[in-house]
Amino acid sequence: MDKTINQKAWFLVLPVFAVVAFSAILPLMTVVNYSMQDTFGNNQFFWNGVGWFKELLDPSTDLGGRFLASLGRNLLFSAIILSIEVPLGIVVALSMPREGWSVAVCLVILALPLLIPWNVVGTIWQIFGRPDIGLLGYTLNSLGFDYNYVSNEFDAWATVIVMDVWHWTSLVALLCYAGLKSIPDAYYQAAQIDGASRWAVFKAIQLPKMNRVLLIAVLLRFMDSFMIYTEPFVVTGGGPGNSTTFVSIELVKIALGQFDLGKAAALSLVYNLIILIVCWVFYTVMTNAGAECPAKQGGA
Amino acid sequence: MHSIPGRRLIISLFLIFLLLPIYWLVNMSFKTNSEIVTTMTLWPHQPTLENYKRIFTDESWYSGYINSLKYVIINTVISIAVALPAAYGFSRYRFLGDKHLFFWLLSNRMAPAAVFALPFFNLYSAINLFDTPWAVALAHCIFNVPLAVWILEGFVSGVPREIDETAFLDGYSFPRFFIKILVPLIASGIGVAAFFCFMFSWVELLLARTLTSVSAKPISAIMTRTVSAAGMDWGLLAAAGVLTIIPGALVIWFVRNYIARGFALGRV
Repeated sequence: MDKTINQKAWFLVLPVFAVVAFSAILPLMTVVNYSMQDTFGNNQFFWNGVGWFKELLDPSTDLGGRFLASLGRNLLFSAIILSIEVPLGIVVALSMPREGWSVAVCLVILALPLLIPWNVVGTIWQIFGRPDIGLLGYTLNSLGFDYNYVSNEFDAWATVIVMDVWHWTSLVALLCYAGLKSIPDAYYQAAQIDGASRWAVFKAIQLPKMNRVLLIAVLLRFMDSFMIYTEPFVVTGGGPGNSTTFVSIELVKIALGQFDLGKAAALSLVYNLIILIVCWVFYTVMTNAGAECPAKQGGA
Repeated sequence: MHSIPGRRLIISLFLIFLLLPIYWLVNMSFKTNSEIVTTMTLWPHQPTLENYKRIFTDESWYSGYINSLKYVIINTVISIAVALPAAYGFSRYRFLGDKHLFFWLLSNRMAPAAVFALPFFNLYSAINLFDTPWAVALAHCIFNVPLAVWILEGFVSGVPREIDETAFLDGYSFPRFFIKILVPLIASGIGVAAFFCFMFSWVELLLARTLTSVSAKPISAIMTRTVSAAGMDWGLLAAAGVLTIIPGALVIWFVRNYIARGFALGRV
């Protein structure tokens, strides 16, 4: 579809611009302002230049050490959950029933975890995993595993990862399902005439058709796992020790716990910058993918 | 034909995996605290409604649900209202800086809430909105407005241009065309966008908790307070959790036929 050039369209986007600018640009200015200053309370501020940023990127300082450690943990976490949720989501989407009432039931149950408030997701798993009153913890312990997510680092990680898989695999599955639904029957009939194997059908027809939604799924999952806060905070509180303290948890500790405004602001900016870069890379890849096959674009 | 061997088994196992923790929560909400702590029972042996009764009769509990619903609804209305014209603008016209603006909007959807918690606290305190539903509703706009624009843009692009042109030839003014013709055509898209705005505003806790203290405290914040109090009231906590799942479950039931399309954001 050809778009016409019309600068008056700015009036149409002006309300959005105003609302988002109010809640994005104004706060960001405060952050930039804070990141250059130091404070000793009483609203007294001192110029600190790029001092916080230097400290942040230097692993030998306290701030830098904490930031880089939590960043490493967060990247590991994102990598693990992506490598589980994406293949599992595809398998679940392929296993969806084709028609009948069971489709609606499956869709509703799949979507259910997505609409549970994040702290309740944490609460559900906190209860479910407890060795004394939770089904999972109790069963594991009576089977002879010494499972306790409060004191054991590995168990804490396993709990947080299984919780995220429980919470978000449905999103990947629903996106892939939507992609699969858009494949016309004729494609499958052609494949059948050619005598294509199951695997060939998946590789040549289904996977390419899911390309675009998979990209959206990976983007959303990466971003949301990269800024995860509430669920691990409720379950483990970042512990045991600091083993499940991700970047957001560290940031909130510094900002709202210690009220170290300068440090928190510098961390926020670097954090935001990383996200912006990743987002831009994805956006570019996505728009290029769209430009290669314009026929697929714009169809609602 | 988009099926794989053993699909019934796979989907059943996955659904059980999804439902089991929720069942455990429901199960606990009907138990007394002594039953929870002393015995391991797969279903409540002495079922009780005491936990629910306490939530519905204690104002500090049920007002949390009302507060949450208030800001979620305000946020959904604002998001859709400002996103509709913008979606039309992005879909139909090319203008100075359109791509950059679209990317900037999307990048805000991805910005971590933790970054904004403290500046929002300062900002909304400064303009006297702190501890009102409006503060939370406006704060949630930062991720919901971009999402609504993104979804609605896909749906508006699905409406053929000829419809616009015919309407203008027939003498419709722009606002009249918008309300009388365009909005009914993309009604399902608006439903999907509203569903997502509701969902993301309903599940968010960090900003909602930071921006309220007493009078607008959302239910999720009230629950965390109970967790940290000495002497866990597990049954009450479980009952409160179950009640937060219900609005979401209702919303899903109403939009179940649009879920698949909605998750593809209208543009597979």
